[in-house]
Amino acid sequence: MSFLKLENLTVAYGKDAPVLKNLNLSVEKGEFVSLLGPSGCGKTTTLRTIAGFLKPLSGRVLIGGKDYTNVPTHKRNIGVVFQNYALFPHMSVFENVAFGLRMRKIPRQEIEKKVRRALEMVGLAGFEKRLPSELSGGQQQRVAIARAIVIEPDLLLMDEPLSNLDANLRMEMRSEIKQLQKNLGITTVYVTHDQSEAIALSDRVVVMNSGKIEQVATPQEIFSNPKTSFVASFIGFQVLAVGTVTSIEENFAEVLREGKIYRARITGRVQLQDKVILFARPRKMRLTRHETQNCFQVQLISVLYQGETSLLVFKLGERQFSVEQDSAVSLPVGSNVFVHVPPEDLLALKEE
Amino acid sequence: MKHSRWLGVALIVALSIMLGPFLIIFFASFEPTSTLRFPPTGFTLFWFRKVLSMSMFQKSLVLSLRIALVASLLSLLLGIPVAYATSRYSFKGKRLIELIVTSPAIVPGMVAGLALLRFFVLMRVFSVETTLLIGHTAIVLPYAVRSVLSSLTNLPVSIEEAANSLGSHPVRTFFLIVLPNIKVGVISAFIMCFITSFNNVPISLFLSGPGVNTLPIVMMTYMEYYYNPSIAALSTLLIGLTLAIVLLAQKLLGVSKLV
Repeated sequence: MSFLKLENLTVAYGKDAPVLKNLNLSVEKGEFVSLLGPSGCGKTTTLRTIAGFLKPLSGRVLIGGKDYTNVPTHKRNIGVVFQNYALFPHMSVFENVAFGLRMRKIPRQEIEKKVRRALEMVGLAGFEKRLPSELSGGQQQRVAIARAIVIEPDLLLMDEPLSNLDANLRMEMRSEIKQLQKNLGITTVYVTHDQSEAIALSDRVVVMNSGKIEQVATPQEIFSNPKTSFVASFIGFQVLAVGTVTSIEENFAEVLREGKIYRARITGRVQLQDKVILFARPRKMRLTRHETQNCFQVQLISVLYQGETSLLVFKLGERQFSVEQDSAVSLPVGSNVFVHVPPEDLLALKEE
Repeated sequence: MKHSRWLGVALIVALSIMLGPFLIIFFASFEPTSTLRFPPTGFTLFWFRKVLSMSMFQKSLVLSLRIALVASLLSLLLGIPVAYATSRYSFKGKRLIELIVTSPAIVPGMVAGLALLRFFVLMRVFSVETTLLIGHTAIVLPYAVRSVLSSLTNLPVSIEEAANSLGSHPVRTFFLIVLPNIKVGVISAFIMCFITSFNNVPISLFLSGPGVNTLPIVMMTYMEYYYNPSIAALSTLLIGLTLAIVLLAQKLLGVSKLV
């Protein structure tokens, strides 16, 4: 029995077309699940529906087996962390964190103890008397996290909590959030558009696209075996070419493209004669001077120096893609070479 | 340098147009003879003592203050929910409210509003004072809504959502979280409503009745018969009062701009 269950959820804003269509999702107790997708894919809408900020047109939200679909937000035991921190500007750090406990009519002494412990957990002991405006962005988000976890919520919902922070701080907070969630064992739903964030933090990743779930799987699975071409491109695979499936054996397909046969791995649903897109990651390709199996003839159009490695941008027909390789190897712009992709690193996914 | 000289001239002209009349009134109120003149021929506080002791001014001042106070409170009582609904929800007629509120100049409705309110008086549905109150509330309401609305727009909705998620009923959230954060908007709304109502002439002109006249109306009537410095003295007092309210508000709230 999963802890959080979304059943056939359909959500719309006003009279507009629904943002979510028949969405189903289960989250286990203590699990860290990320909703990943581009803006407008419905990930925030899903989170807001779980929080009760939005009412679904149809479907149910179950928490711990109980139907919460029509329970107002203030009666759900849920901690929410927002992208813009949403601290109460007129209250001190202490009062911000204590707010949820006061609403629960917890005795004063206990509030004091709990708030102190929560602030210690996020590394802000001693900041009790400050106002939110006197804190940095990172500190404000720590207060917001303390405020959400101090009430010991059944569910922790985080809506792009790190996107307002600078890159270094984001990395630091990432591991802190992960540790905190592990230590407390709070079931967490985390919304992000950053694939590396989702992969680093989550037990499972839910990739969403235009109101529907594309794939739900562990980060490893998503990273190496994307099921659809949308998921593949969203998590860093590049489109190389388009071809037609001519034969399938187990996990591999033979794809015909411009008179040549390519061998590619199948990670999604593919049938004979399907039009498929061939995908590969920049690091999983090798340059050769002589044509062998699984080779694409390409022309180098620019080189982006990155230090140890360089990103070589190639042109293949109308498309461009890049290959990451050791900077020591240099190649003049304009040269024609072959790019070899091993069959296990070349994915064939159905064109959508 | 050429530019700055012209800017300086423009500044002086603008300042004298804006402040000149007030200064003339101010100095004229100390004129010892019984005609309004500038510059004054001497100095006396006689006119101040006189207007403060005249019962027609006393009575209408009390009425004006009472109407300004109640109309301002009423318009806040109505305006805060209207502003809240307008900023947080979408509904039919929302655009209309926004339009009315953002351009108060078209609201006074010298035509439709007054005809309707005059009708109230003739029909004797309400007393004169109640009618005045309704009229004043109607013209200051847009100021209240506008000022509160701009405060609400600057307060992210997620702050309320955070409070609700922490177990606070939305009504409680409004009082504990929203109200303290729009305080400045509410107080500046009150001051604007108060001053607008207190200084209003056109609405009061139509709606005043026998024995029930606001101060500006009494001043106008008085001026038609007596052209002496008492009016200047009264004006000086009123300008002083308005200025004091605004300065006090700025001091207390640290509001640099009362829009």
